[in-house]
Amino acid sequence: MSQAASHAESSAASHDESHAGGHDEHHGPPWLAHHFDTPAQQFDAAKLGMWAFLAQELLFFSGVFVAYGIFRSWYPEAFSTASHQLDRVMGAANTIVLLFSSWTAAMAVRSSQLGKKQQTTTLLLITIACAFIFLIVKYFEYQHKFHAGLLPGKYFGHPVDGGLFGAIPAGHGHTPHLAPKAHIFFSLYFVMTGIHALHVIVGIGVLFWIVKRNASGEFSKEFFTPVDLVALYWHLVDLIWIYLFPLLYLID
Amino acid sequence: MGAATTTVPRAQPHHPDPNENYLKAERGIMSWLVTLDHKRIGIMYLISVILAFAVGGAFALGVRLELFSRGRTIMDADQYNRAFTLHGVVMVFLFIIPSIPAALGNFILPIQLGAKDVAFPRLNLMSYYIYVFGACFALYSMVNGAVDTGWTFYTPYSMRTASSVIPMVLGAFIMGFSSILTGVNFLVTVHKLRAPGQTWTKLPLFIWGLYSTSIIQVLATPVLAITLLLLCLERFLGLGIFDPKLGGDPVLFQHFFWFYSHPAVYIMIVPGMAVVNEIIATFTRRAIVGYMFVAMSSLALALLGFLVWGHHLFVSGMSEYATMVFSGLTFLVAIPSGVKVFNWVATLYKGSIRLESPMLYALSFIFLFTIGGLTGLFLGMLAIDVHLHDTYFVVAHFHYVMVGGTVMGFVGGLHYWWPKMTGKLYSEGMAKVAWFLVFIGFNVTFIAQFIMGSRGMPRRYYDYLPEFEIFHKVSTIGSWILGAGFLTMLAMFIISLKSGAKSTRNPWGSAALEWQTPTPPPLANFIKVPTITRGPYDYHLATEEELSEQ
Repeated sequence: MSQAASHAESSAASHDESHAGGHDEHHGPPWLAHHFDTPAQQFDAAKLGMWAFLAQELLFFSGVFVAYGIFRSWYPEAFSTASHQLDRVMGAANTIVLLFSSWTAAMAVRSSQLGKKQQTTTLLLITIACAFIFLIVKYFEYQHKFHAGLLPGKYFGHPVDGGLFGAIPAGHGHTPHLAPKAHIFFSLYFVMTGIHALHVIVGIGVLFWIVKRNASGEFSKEFFTPVDLVALYWHLVDLIWIYLFPLLYLID
Repeated sequence: MGAATTTVPRAQPHHPDPNENYLKAERGIMSWLVTLDHKRIGIMYLISVILAFAVGGAFALGVRLELFSRGRTIMDADQYNRAFTLHGVVMVFLFIIPSIPAALGNFILPIQLGAKDVAFPRLNLMSYYIYVFGACFALYSMVNGAVDTGWTFYTPYSMRTASSVIPMVLGAFIMGFSSILTGVNFLVTVHKLRAPGQTWTKLPLFIWGLYSTSIIQVLATPVLAITLLLLCLERFLGLGIFDPKLGGDPVLFQHFFWFYSHPAVYIMIVPGMAVVNEIIATFTRRAIVGYMFVAMSSLALALLGFLVWGHHLFVSGMSEYATMVFSGLTFLVAIPSGVKVFNWVATLYKGSIRLESPMLYALSFIFLFTIGGLTGLFLGMLAIDVHLHDTYFVVAHFHYVMVGGTVMGFVGGLHYWWPKMTGKLYSEGMAKVAWFLVFIGFNVTFIAQFIMGSRGMPRRYYDYLPEFEIFHKVSTIGSWILGAGFLTMLAMFIISLKSGAKSTRNPWGSAALEWQTPTPPPLANFIKVPTITRGPYDYHLATEEELSEQ
């Protein structure tokens, strides 16, 4: 692996010779894919690809942000009163949990760069634990809304009993006294936080995969790209929540 | 399996000879299905999009046949609604959008860059399977009663109709991911994998076109994704975002939809223009006039594409100031489009023109796209749009852009690169017959639609007044000629595969990079990584050996 750094410095001058025999010739460290010339090129490509992907993610969320903006300007009172139904303490707790997990993810990248394998694993596991805490808090928040009948769209005002997958009763239960159109707020609340939670779940999966690869010794001072990229993804998940929290919980 | 083997991300586990041509380097159906070679993935896309084109074309012929005479001809009104919707959905999402970037682009882009592969070969294969997965959803919707909303899935009808909207919308959603991932892959490949000496000003214009397209794919497609997801949730949960009964706004759907789908028009046309650049340079043996202007006009189209979506909503209820702004912005699109057309014409001037089949398609592209573009100005004009909105004039306009533009570009590119891809030549005589049928058939079909549209024949109607019958008859007969043209072309390509003569390295005598490698290309694209010393169209700098047909 130590030859990687020197390989990275080899310039395009040696480019032709290194390929003269074709790409099945072992021309670098084992993690260097056949179509890249240097580890630096591979790292830059991976990073650029990830940033392009994250830009795409932001635009994906932009649709619901636009919808939020429009409906909030149309129904300000509904949004204000409905927002008060959300649990600010739980939301704030989740914000702190996610911010902390973003920090541990960043630290995991640093420890990976320093070649501290064990420390990287620990930090990534803390990140995963935070992600689970976030989802558990979310579960309790959702459950409360389900019981109170604070549901999206046409299910608004129809409380669900018996946990997340309980049947919807026929009669109107306790309908919250909110301004008209409050159901749109809850539609947006569930769509926005639901898609975000989906990203958290995907993040947990990817983080576990990185932990496994790290444990098998795949990463080193020279090669830590996947750790870097998953941390970038995790920062995006954090960033989106940072926008969702004030928009949904803190408006007045 | 041992940790050592699982942790080594080698792209080619069996290490076949990289200098063997890519068709022969590995054998067996599995070597194709799990290949990481961009050329093979390109070929798999090619087969898939041609299948989609055949399906979409069959629906088109069915729709035209139904309209041949008044009243019921071959299907009832409900079946007619489903047929034209499926024609649109299949053609747009399964054929036009992936056709040039994913099929031809996958094959040619890395070779033109002098790279061994795209930046992320596994992602590339994944994109293909995501596309197939999305297509399966669309197929499921088709056998499950299909959709009758039109390919735009406009709310509130798409929330109410009993037809199979959700699987179709999910199919489009999934294929959107494929499009995004291909875009990411190409962007990174162009940035990071150019051969030594290939500066941005020496990039082939095909690459500039695909680069601009990739920007649109990455930035516009996610907006469609969230829109389609919201539509699904609207049907499941009655969100109220698009449903006026619940306080929502159905026009918001149109804004979201066209924020993607107008840029998507440039996902369709910019790659077609990019193919035309390559063909015109090769068949005039001249550098494209105003290289940088042509390259930047692709980027300009990509950026303007994001600013003009509102012209689809002139009659949907927007403030008049908004319509004026969108109308003005729409006219700006004429500038980069005009730059391209004028530069092609300038390149043709004093070029040593050879009218072989790819060139015929490129010239058809210029002719038909110009008509499509100029009629776009009619529709961008507020007062005239009110009259022409949702008439056959619009149908003819966008078919001139999409078929006259994209399909001509795709088919021209397929003819042009066919020898490189397959190592076989096709019958030039048969290709010219096919071109003639396609060109005549297309114009007969859609000029009739321009006329009846301007006289007020609304689009998507099952039946029509007697005065439109003659136009519908002409249009339907045109569609038969067009169909015959494509069938001839298909037969020609199949004959070429079976018994075509072996192609030389550079059958067109082109100076571009992809023709400098053996035909078909070796697994590693080049036997020796090329060092780029001249631009792709610098015929005056190209050596005799480079231009030789051997």
